[in-house]
Amino acid sequence: MSDTPSENLMAIEMTGVNKWFGAFQVLKQIDLSVKRGERIVICGPSGSGKSTLIRCINRLEEHQQGRIIVNGIELNHDLKRIDEVRAEVGMVFQSFNLFPHLTILENCTLAPIWVRKLPRAQAHDVAMNYLERVQIADQAHKFPGQLSGGQQQRVAIARALCMSPEIMLFDEPTSSLDPEMIKEVLDVMIGLAGDGMTMLCVTHEMGFARTVADRVIFMDAGQIVEENAPEEFFNHPQHPRTREFLSQILSH
Amino acid sequence: MSFVRKSYLPETSPPLLSVGVLGWLKANLFSSVGNTLLSLLGLYMLWVIVPPLIEWALLDAVWQGSGREACLVENAGACWAFVAAKFGQFMYGRYTFEERWRVDLVFLVGALTVGLLMIGRMPGRRYLAVFGLVIYPVLAYFMLTGGAFGLVEVETSLWGGLLLTFVVASVGIVVSLPLGVFLALGRRSKMPVMRTLSVIYIEAWRGVPLITVLFMASVMLPLFLPPGTNFDKLLRVLIGVTLFSSAYMAEVVRGGLQAIPRGQYEAASALGLGYWRTNLLIIMPQALRLVIPGIVNTFIGLFKDTTLVMIVGLFDFLGSVQVNFSDANWATPQTAASGYAFAALVFWIICFGMSRYSMRLESRLNEGTRRA
Repeated sequence: MSDTPSENLMAIEMTGVNKWFGAFQVLKQIDLSVKRGERIVICGPSGSGKSTLIRCINRLEEHQQGRIIVNGIELNHDLKRIDEVRAEVGMVFQSFNLFPHLTILENCTLAPIWVRKLPRAQAHDVAMNYLERVQIADQAHKFPGQLSGGQQQRVAIARALCMSPEIMLFDEPTSSLDPEMIKEVLDVMIGLAGDGMTMLCVTHEMGFARTVADRVIFMDAGQIVEENAPEEFFNHPQHPRTREFLSQILSH
Repeated sequence: MSFVRKSYLPETSPPLLSVGVLGWLKANLFSSVGNTLLSLLGLYMLWVIVPPLIEWALLDAVWQGSGREACLVENAGACWAFVAAKFGQFMYGRYTFEERWRVDLVFLVGALTVGLLMIGRMPGRRYLAVFGLVIYPVLAYFMLTGGAFGLVEVETSLWGGLLLTFVVASVGIVVSLPLGVFLALGRRSKMPVMRTLSVIYIEAWRGVPLITVLFMASVMLPLFLPPGTNFDKLLRVLIGVTLFSSAYMAEVVRGGLQAIPRGQYEAASALGLGYWRTNLLIIMPQALRLVIPGIVNTFIGLFKDTTLVMIVGLFDFLGSVQVNFSDANWATPQTAASGYAFAALVFWIICFGMSRYSMRLESRLNEGTRRA
């Protein structure tokens, strides 16, 4: 790796990342570079380490070997810098993880007020703007428990966007939703991709991958097995494990 | 076989025996042979207990009188005259008679503040809470002890009765909750030193009876301090009670912390909130809400445990009642029973009030925030 200006273009750089849960190795020699504005879909069978991989990017999981540089900041034991990284990296979870004791609006203004130190009124405007965008502004004063799964996930996306992040991570955002609600969430994500947001998305929504992704990454047993542009990836998978996985997932 | 519904079915009313008074009786009292027998047994026991109790406490009771003679009549019930005559002592102990208005004022302002806070949403509620938690304790301290602002000093050794009970209980309650929160966080901390210290503290205090703590505070502690140091017995007891109950509080709060899903911590971290903000803004509001019943349970326990200060020579409410049993002027067969009944009633009213308040608080906080 050289100190060329191109490093500046990189949103995320992972080199030789290894991670173990106890004696079990979940990530093996992961090398991954993501350019600014790039949209990446990560797929693979369950237990392949794809969630762990993106959770390493905002250090919800700690890697044990290798380097991870996010937005020019290396993730290490410097906790202050990690909070800096986290403020720039939005994350959307499979189980929404909205704060149930706060209203939708408060969910969205909390971090801008306490982390970004935005004045209350301004945070309010920013939040309403994003809630408008995910078409849920009329529910702003309800509590998360009163919303459907799809609505909650859209709020979760708006909550992450309110921090004006550089990078968005999606960890199976539609996996716990009813089929009718998957589309409303995917529509929001497609809109976001159109705006040039850097996105890493763990998902099994292959339609989404085809339309949006610049690159599809297939993981198995903690390693990257195949990596290609979506057209090539779906039409001409190279690795037998990829072919097997795609035939399973596309067969119905 | 194909079927297409032409129109949706209308709603119909439920069977008669499943709703209304009849439905309730059937479901709750006479749902089976066993339950019917139990219901009848219950009714019989009420029949046996309630009429004599009413007779003793109300019909045959002596309400007025200036000495034992009033209560020595034949078939006399409760001797409420005794309670009426000693009421001042039950409330204030030996607090200087001319200065009792200060206690009344402190009680009144305290009751008003708590009452207004209970009403719920109203403008200025925040300021009222600040007043209650910051200004009121200082005010109460100076009003009760005196010795400043032209008020006569009243030594704490003279304090007693319900006043002392309230002082010990409210200080214990107000201080032990935040202490308990910190201890609970400490016990779940990733830092081994913090965790070990918290565990040692909690287990040490929980493993010792309160009576032992009170004895230590009032009898043993002075032996270890340099001779001549003399700090207030009430203060020592207050510290003992507070530290003791904070250990219990810590475990209640820890129960709430364990019920918060990991996703809440992760979502807070992912937004860039640090340890303290995560706990203050996200975790504690949810955890404390979950354990309101446990917290209030500990409060009620603490309130009743204050009666133990009698053992180190402080006369709380129950102590003041008991001391007056030995007054020769009021020596009647009914004196003790009446005094204990009165004490029980006062304790019950206060504890029941706390429990009702906690239930209201719970339902208000849970409005619309139930987990999906």
